[in-house]
Amino acid sequence: MTELKVPSVAESITEVTLSKYLVKDGDYVQLDQPICELETDKASQEIPATIAGVVKFVAKEGEDLKVGAVICNIDESAKKPEETKAAEVKEPKVEKKAEVKKPAETKPVEEQPKTEEKKEETKQSYAANTPSPAAKKILDEGNVAAKDVKATTGVSGRITKEDAINAVRAKANMPQKEAFSRNERMEKMSRLRKTISERLVYSKNSTAMLTTFNEVDMTAINAIRAKYGDTFKKKYEVNLGMMSFFAKACCLALEKFASVNAYIDEGNIVYHDYCDISIAVSTPKGLVVPVIRNAESLSLAGIEKKVKELAIKGRDGLLTMDEMTGGTFTISNGGVFGSLMSTPIINPPQSAILGMHKVQDRAMVIDGKVEVRPMMYVALSYDHRIIDGKESVSFLVAVKDFLENPHKMLLGADPVELLIEL
Amino acid sequence: MSNYNVVVIGSGPGGYVAAIRCAQLGMKVAIVEKYSVLGGTCTNVGCIPSKALLDSSEHYHNAESVFAGHGIGTTRLSFDFGKMIARKAGVVKSNNDGIAYLMKKNKIDVYTGLGSFVTKNKIAITNDKGEKQEIETEKVIIATGSKPTKLPFIAVDKKRVITSTEALTLTEVPEHLIIIGGGVIGLELGSVYKRLGAKVTVVEFLDKIVATMDEDISKEMLRILRKDGIEFMLSHKVTGAVVQGNEVTVSAENKNGEKVEVKGDYCLVAVGRVPYTDGLALENANLKADEKGRINVDQYLETNVPGIYAIGDVVRGAMLAHKAEEEGAFVAETIAGQKPHINYNMIPGVCYTWPEAASVGATEADLKKNGTAYKTGKFPFRALGRARASGDLDGFVKVLASKETDEILGVHIVGARAADLIIEGVVALEYRASAEDISRMSHPHPTYTEAFKEACLIATDNRALNM
Repeated sequence: MTELKVPSVAESITEVTLSKYLVKDGDYVQLDQPICELETDKASQEIPATIAGVVKFVAKEGEDLKVGAVICNIDESAKKPEETKAAEVKEPKVEKKAEVKKPAETKPVEEQPKTEEKKEETKQSYAANTPSPAAKKILDEGNVAAKDVKATTGVSGRITKEDAINAVRAKANMPQKEAFSRNERMEKMSRLRKTISERLVYSKNSTAMLTTFNEVDMTAINAIRAKYGDTFKKKYEVNLGMMSFFAKACCLALEKFASVNAYIDEGNIVYHDYCDISIAVSTPKGLVVPVIRNAESLSLAGIEKKVKELAIKGRDGLLTMDEMTGGTFTISNGGVFGSLMSTPIINPPQSAILGMHKVQDRAMVIDGKVEVRPMMYVALSYDHRIIDGKESVSFLVAVKDFLENPHKMLLGADPVELLIEL
Repeated sequence: MSNYNVVVIGSGPGGYVAAIRCAQLGMKVAIVEKYSVLGGTCTNVGCIPSKALLDSSEHYHNAESVFAGHGIGTTRLSFDFGKMIARKAGVVKSNNDGIAYLMKKNKIDVYTGLGSFVTKNKIAITNDKGEKQEIETEKVIIATGSKPTKLPFIAVDKKRVITSTEALTLTEVPEHLIIIGGGVIGLELGSVYKRLGAKVTVVEFLDKIVATMDEDISKEMLRILRKDGIEFMLSHKVTGAVVQGNEVTVSAENKNGEKVEVKGDYCLVAVGRVPYTDGLALENANLKADEKGRINVDQYLETNVPGIYAIGDVVRGAMLAHKAEEEGAFVAETIAGQKPHINYNMIPGVCYTWPEAASVGATEADLKKNGTAYKTGKFPFRALGRARASGDLDGFVKVLASKETDEILGVHIVGARAADLIIEGVVALEYRASAEDISRMSHPHPTYTEAFKEACLIATDNRALNM
C-alpha cells in the first residue's frame, strides 16, 4: 500500500483544495495516470499516480488539504483486472461540483445526481457527439465544440443538424430561464475565487488608490494594423493585436516614470529596471494575471506570441505558478467585453494598473473641425502613496502620445526631435 | 480590364463547381479554359466519354454473350464502331453544353484561352490566335488538373502508342491492344476493347491490379477479368515500345529478369497522371510546386501565396473528379468565410469495369499497418436473389469494422452496380455507423443492397440470414 500525498506545489502554498477525482474509488490505475485535480490559489494541477495499483480514496472531493496530507492509497499488490477501459476512467464522479463556470457552460440542474444503476445504462457510445457533416460545418462556424453540444436527437448521441443549430442558437442567446423561478443555489467558493476576493479587498484597504483618465485616438494604430495585419500574421502566425502596442507604449512610459513601475516594501521603495507586464486574462474559472517577463525587451511579435500563449494556457487551466507570480505593472482590457470606462483595482504589491476600454467612433474636434475618430478611454489606477499626481497623469499622457504617434515608439521619442536634439 | 472577386483557371469538375459555388455565394467570378469546350479531362477525355463507350460496349457484349442465357436470340449481330464513337461525342457535347449553360445561369464570365499569372492578382488569357487580354482579381483558384504520365523510355506517337485521350477516339477496334498499367484507366479501356473483340494484354509492374484498392478486390477483379479473356502479365517491368508500320512491340522484363516481348497493333500507356501546370507561369505569382509538380497547399487548399488556392488533380490527394468537386466547393465556402470540411478518408474510389469495383475507408492492409483490431464481414452476391435473377453473380461486399466498437472502418465492393452501392458505405462512415446499425436498417428486397446488410450482419455477429 502506497500513500499518495499532496505535493509541495510552490513555496507560498500550504493548503490546496481537492477539486475532483479523475478516477473512481477502487479503479485500477496505471503509473502516471492522473488521479485527481488539486486547486491552489492560482492554478489547478493534476496529480499522477506514483505507482500502478488499485486506488482507495482517503480525502473527499472539495476537501481542503495541507501539503503532505494523504489524498488516497494505492494498493500495488492488487491484480490488474482484464478490462480497464481508459474511457471509463475519465467519467467524472457525480458529486456536487464546486467550480465556477461561465453561464454558457452551466448545465441544467436536473442533470446533477444520478443513481448507480442509471450510470450502467448510459454507457457512452463511441460515436457520441459525432457531428454529421452538415452539423460539423454549423458548429465550426458557430465556434461551438462538438463535445459541448447536448446531442438529443441523434442515434447513440450523434449530433444532428438540428442539435447543431440549437447549440449555436443557444450560444448566441442567453440560456432560457424558467419563469417566476425562486430557485437559489449555493456553491463552495473555489480557491481561486477566494484568493481573488481576498487580494482585491486587501488592495482597496491597504493602498491610497485613485484613478486618472485620458483618451486615445486609435487612428494611427488602426491604420498600421489594417496595412500590415495580413503580412504580420503570415510572418509570425499571430494576429497583430492592440495589446502589443499598449504593452510597448507602457514599457516606454514606465522607463520614464520609474515610480509607476515600483513596489513599496516595508518602508523601502523597490524600483525595477525591467517591465514585467501582468495581463489580466479571463478564464472559465475566473480572472488570472499571467506575466509577460521583460516586455520592454520583446518585439511586438514577441509580445503578441506571449499574450496568445498565456491566454490559451489560461483558458485550458495550464498556467503554472511561476507564470502568474511577479509582475511590476498590470494591463487589464475590459474593452473586449464592451466596457467604455472603469476604474481598475491595483494588483498588489504593484503600484499601478492600466485599464483599456472599448474603441468607439466619436466626434472629435480636430483643428477646429468635427471629425469622426476611433477613440478609447484609458484609465490608470495608482497608489498615491508612491506615485504623485503629476507622475501618474504624465505617465498616462506619455502612453497616449506613444499610441497616437507609434513612430515615436521606435526610439522612445520623435525621430526628428532626436535628430535635431530637441 | 475587368475586375473579379475570383478567377478560376480550368473548367473541369473542380473548377466549374468552384466557380458556381463562388457565384452562389455572391462573388463576381470568371472561369478561364484553354480549350474551346468546358468540362476539362473528366467531361471531354475522361470519366464521361469512357463511360459512354463502356456502356455501348457492354450492350454489345451482353447481346453477344448474355442474351442467349435469357432466352433472347440474335441473328447477324454487329456493331458500328464509328457510330459508337459518334454517340460518345454526342454525350460529351451535351455535357459541355450543360456546363456552358450553368456558367451563364450563374453569371460567370467564361474566357477561352491559356490562363497565366502576370502577378498574383492579374491573369493573362491568350487565345489560339495569339490574342491576349488581362483580367484582375482578388483571389485565384487553380484547377488545371492533370495529364497522362509519360514514360521516359516510351515515345507516345498518339497513333499506335497512345494515351487514354486517344483511346477514346480510335477509328477502329484494335486487333491486339497492349495496355501498360493495370490501374483503373487501363482496365476500363481494356474492358471496352475486349468486349468489342480485341485481344487485350495488360502489362503491370506490380504483382496485382488496382493496387490502391483492398487486396480482396484486386484478387477478385483479376480472377473475373481473366475469366473474361483479358490477359495479364503481372510483375513485368516494361522497358520499351517500338512501332514498325502498324505493329507495336512492347518489351518487358519478368520478375526473373528475363526479357519478354509482346506484339500488338496498339499500345495504351496508362500508368497514371501527373499534375498539369504548363503555361500557368507559376513563378510570376511566386507559387511553389513540389517535386511531383503538385502545387503546394495548406489545409485550407491555399497556396504559399495568400489569396491563391489550388484544387483537384493539381494538388496532393487522389486524382478523382468527385474529390476535385468537394475541394471546389470547399475553397469557395472558405473564401466566403465559412468553415467547411472534407473527410479525405471518406472519398470513394470506383472502377467501372463489369462487374464494377468500389471502395471507401480503410483497406485491410491499412488496418493491419495501424494495428487496429478489426473484424470482417464478406458476403458474395451469388447468394442474393436479385443477383441470381439478373445473372450477375460475381463479386462480394466486404465490410471492415472495429473489433472493439463495431464501427464500420472500410467498405469494399466488387459486383454489379458497386459504383452506386458504395455510397451507403460513405454515409455509414460519415455518420460513424456501426455494422449493427446497418444490419438493423431495412434494405429493399430483392436488391443488390442486401449484400451490404448481410455483410454487416456477418461483421456484427456472424449471423448472415442468407448464407
